[in-house]
Amino acid sequence: MGTDAGPAEDRPSSTVVELDGAVAVIGRFPALAGVTLRVDRGDIVWLRGPNGAGKTTLLRLCAGLVPLTRGTGTVLGCDLRTERDRLRPMVGVLGHANGLYLDLTVAENVGFWGATVGASREEIASVLDRLGLAQRLAPLPVRRLSAGQQRRTAIACLIARRAELWLLDEPHAGLDAAGRDDIDSILRQAVASGATVMVASHEFDRAAPLATKALDVVGGIIRPPVTS
Amino acid sequence: MTGWWDTTWLIAKRDLLVEWRSRIALNQVFPFAGIVMVMFGFAIDDTRLMKQIAPGLIVLATMFSLLILVQRSFAVESEDGALDALRTAGVSSSALFWGKSIAMAIQLAALEALLILLAILLYGSTIRPSGVLLLIATWLVASWGLATVGTLYGGLAAGARGRETLLPLLLLPVVAPVLIGATRAVEAALGARGSVADGWPWMGLVAVFAAVFCAGGTLAVGTLIDE
Repeated sequence: MGTDAGPAEDRPSSTVVELDGAVAVIGRFPALAGVTLRVDRGDIVWLRGPNGAGKTTLLRLCAGLVPLTRGTGTVLGCDLRTERDRLRPMVGVLGHANGLYLDLTVAENVGFWGATVGASREEIASVLDRLGLAQRLAPLPVRRLSAGQQRRTAIACLIARRAELWLLDEPHAGLDAAGRDDIDSILRQAVASGATVMVASHEFDRAAPLATKALDVVGGIIRPPVTS
Repeated sequence: MTGWWDTTWLIAKRDLLVEWRSRIALNQVFPFAGIVMVMFGFAIDDTRLMKQIAPGLIVLATMFSLLILVQRSFAVESEDGALDALRTAGVSSSALFWGKSIAMAIQLAALEALLILLAILLYGSTIRPSGVLLLIATWLVASWGLATVGTLYGGLAAGARGRETLLPLLLLPVVAPVLIGATRAVEAALGARGSVADGWPWMGLVAVFAAVFCAGGTLAVGTLIDE
């Protein structure tokens, strides 16, 4: 679990993620078998590849949730071997689950996650407003929302948490066309505000126009990047 | 980042709010504990004996209810992947442990108060005037001790397969000192056995247990959740 995050000024250059021969083992299985990767600030990186290729593990490694077994890696200036606690508060992970408390309302969820980083009431209200959650949806329990509305609430929590690196696993899954458009628009806004995004997605039509860089993850390694 | 105490209180408030909204404790756990007391009453069906064993039944019913509360406390975190979000939110593991323990202790304290009331109503138990302080001290210390050990073992079992069955197997043997100590202390406070003075050392045993698991949980829960 996290401790204090270091000041952003301490972090050098525009490189947000730098992995060299990174190996991550889940149980006894090497889910990542030597990944070399560089992501710069403001990038939207699309991770593509078949199921079980290691995309989710790569995102979790970058979030400091999975230990680096071999190789070297830094994310937002934090060493993945020794500074995972310092890294975690700076990243936001949105996996297959949304990370919400289903019995709490939208406003309470965003308020809670914002409060973990000391966000003010005004900041929380601004995030809710920005994502169209301020009026009708704010007092509703998350359990009663549609999949798209829950996803939007989860992204509001990431914004409220002031995450610098967004790690998203299939963010469009289960959403209708309008919900998908919303996600794309939010991601572009996040990048415009200085965040960096890594997205694992099977959805070519959605991810390709969004991404500034596409990476093929196959068998736990990354093939050379293709600039879109 | 917010301060340690702010984060701890934030977690505790959040857990209590989730319980308040879902009403699981109020509508399911509390009635369950009450039913345990009533069923024991049916099974024993001896007023004198019931009065004598009421303290043990109070503690036992609390422990059974603890299992449900612990499962619930961590189910809330895993239901929609919130535990991973907490890990990446920079919430310190000790604040998470204390926050969840405080919320659980408050629920347990309310539950025990209800069970003591039920023992008075159903079993005809009485509180010695000189035992009121001992009863309150045992009530608070046992609530905290059970909450800390419950949170620690809840964290340990949270990621395990078959955690629903694993948790009672892990937790019940460990809380045996609380069962013994709190029962003896409550017996003394209610006048079921010995004098009030005999109860204080047992309350001390429960306090030592609470302190050990509080310290152990503060140090270990981060590693347990990470693994």
